[in-house]
Amino acid sequence: MDFAVQFIINVLSLGGAYALMALGLVLVYGILKLVNFAYGELIMVAGYTLHLVGGSPLPWLVMAAVAVVMAMVAGLATDYVAFRPVRAKSVTAVLITSFAFSTLLQNAALLFISPRPRSVPLPEIFSQSVMIAGTPTPMRDIITIAAAVLLLGLFAFLMQKTVLGIAMRAAATNFTMARMLGVPANLIISSAFAISGLLAGVVGILWIGRIGTVAPAIGLEPLLIAFIACVIGGMRSLQGAVLGGFLLAFIDTTLNYTLSQDLLKFRDAFTFSLVILILLWRPDGLMKGPATGQRT
Amino acid sequence: MQRNILTLLILGVLIVAAALLAQFMGIRLYERIATTMFVSMILVLGLQVFMGNSGILSFAHIGFMGVGACTSAVLSIPDRMKGMALPDLYPILETVQLSPYLSILAGGLVAALVAAALSYPLMRLSDAAAVITSFALLVVLHTVLTHWSAMTNGPRTLFGIPEATSLWLACGVALAALVGAIAFKESRAGQLLRASRDDEVAAAAIGIDITRLRWVGFILAALFAGIGGALWGHFVTSFSPRAFYLKETFLILSMLVIGGANTVTGAVIGTLIVTFAYEALRSLEATINEAGIMADQVIGLTEIVLALAMIAVLSLRPGGLFPAREIGTLLTLKRRKGGRS
Repeated sequence: MDFAVQFIINVLSLGGAYALMALGLVLVYGILKLVNFAYGELIMVAGYTLHLVGGSPLPWLVMAAVAVVMAMVAGLATDYVAFRPVRAKSVTAVLITSFAFSTLLQNAALLFISPRPRSVPLPEIFSQSVMIAGTPTPMRDIITIAAAVLLLGLFAFLMQKTVLGIAMRAAATNFTMARMLGVPANLIISSAFAISGLLAGVVGILWIGRIGTVAPAIGLEPLLIAFIACVIGGMRSLQGAVLGGFLLAFIDTTLNYTLSQDLLKFRDAFTFSLVILILLWRPDGLMKGPATGQRT
Repeated sequence: MQRNILTLLILGVLIVAAALLAQFMGIRLYERIATTMFVSMILVLGLQVFMGNSGILSFAHIGFMGVGACTSAVLSIPDRMKGMALPDLYPILETVQLSPYLSILAGGLVAALVAAALSYPLMRLSDAAAVITSFALLVVLHTVLTHWSAMTNGPRTLFGIPEATSLWLACGVALAALVGAIAFKESRAGQLLRASRDDEVAAAAIGIDITRLRWVGFILAALFAGIGGALWGHFVTSFSPRAFYLKETFLILSMLVIGGANTVTGAVIGTLIVTFAYEALRSLEATINEAGIMADQVIGLTEIVLALAMIAVLSLRPGGLFPAREIGTLLTLKRRKGGRS
């Protein structure tokens, strides 16, 4: 029983974080067919902002809000620097510029802050734990689950009920048609990047809350996780991304419990081989999204 | 045909001139820079073979460089060193000790074999799916290389590799790679592959077996990468298997993109320019660090400038410096135009 509770909480909290990461990536991919390699760096930006404002006397929630806003700004910067200049050109060009932008941000952190990990301020609650059904559970897992539920609900509402959400879904389905019906393309793309930054910022704070420090290369792991989750769930389906996130968390947690120490080192190789297999079996992932649209 | 020979001649002369320059400057550092540059050139030419002809971005290239480097190292580390360098090595391999030149070749072949075994199904994918799987392949190769302690000494440094790569060996292999890249580009397979790059549906409609051709290109690219990696291993003589990852991918990609991925000329010129810029920026960083202007060590400046250059090139001149035509073709066309007027 203890084990089951622990397992479920692990899967849910990890899955919530993974699902949010995947959602941020898929949102941009759905509209633009752009795999945003700089996505992990948005998490890094949130972390460093938290580190930089750490010395100020502001309450922690305000600091966290500033960090999320900075991640959104970085998301918008991705759009302006890496995406807009080459939007009309080939897919490859867009992928390379986003990769270059990711390297740019990472090295800017190296140059202007420090290659060494920096600590971030975290409230007490992140290191406390509570007893749930006789199992000690870290509060940060509960916070992650709560944040994931809240954000996923908010996101679903945004996409289903608001004009912006409907316009974004229309743009993801058929960009040209959406434009002809008066959906402002640049605004939609910028909003997608901003929302992607918002998700990355929140995930970043939760993610860094587990580690306690921020380093220039911190974005790589979340990026890889988001990749796998998206591919498993379906690159064009928002529900698929969420499903993929939870599925990946389930697979990871199971592997953590079952693989021997020797094989555990190769966990990334296992999960990425799984990605390759799934793409071969179903190039669209488990959930099919709307048909492919154009980018311009 | 004549144009291709002209291209080959011009680029070959450039490569040899770079080697001669490095040799006659008489400074050890320049020789090392030139050797590293030729190794990069082999890798960039390999990437051009696949990317330029098939139009698909591949992130896995550096992974195959790692496979080649590690294979060659395992096969050529002297008997007496093996106990120390690779304590967990399989007994069968313990007594193997090839000459470095043979093991470099073996490194290339093993990389090509690994590519052949893994990549056939991946070649069915295009666009974003192809890029993500190649990225996944890089992560898989990286994870295996850094954790397979028995073969690569895990994430620790692999040392005791005999030194074999001289300036002229690297230069010679770079020339061979140049010939190989041009020959593949002009071969039937290369031309058909480029047809599929320009219009996948039309190419399939006239009966081109796109998957198989991409596969051939990918294997050839991995062969180049494996040999390049092995040469690099025998040049630096000790390296960590962790070295083959995103930073190197970024560097190789920037060389190809700035030069122009569609042409062999672009690959060669891009390597020359980026190497020059890279070394200049590195020495600038070193100077700043020595002078102690900044409180902390200055690192990452080089990558920032390269990333900006890449974004600038892609937005202003998306095909790179040489977007479509080889230098030989450009010169012939110019002469003809000049003759007519």
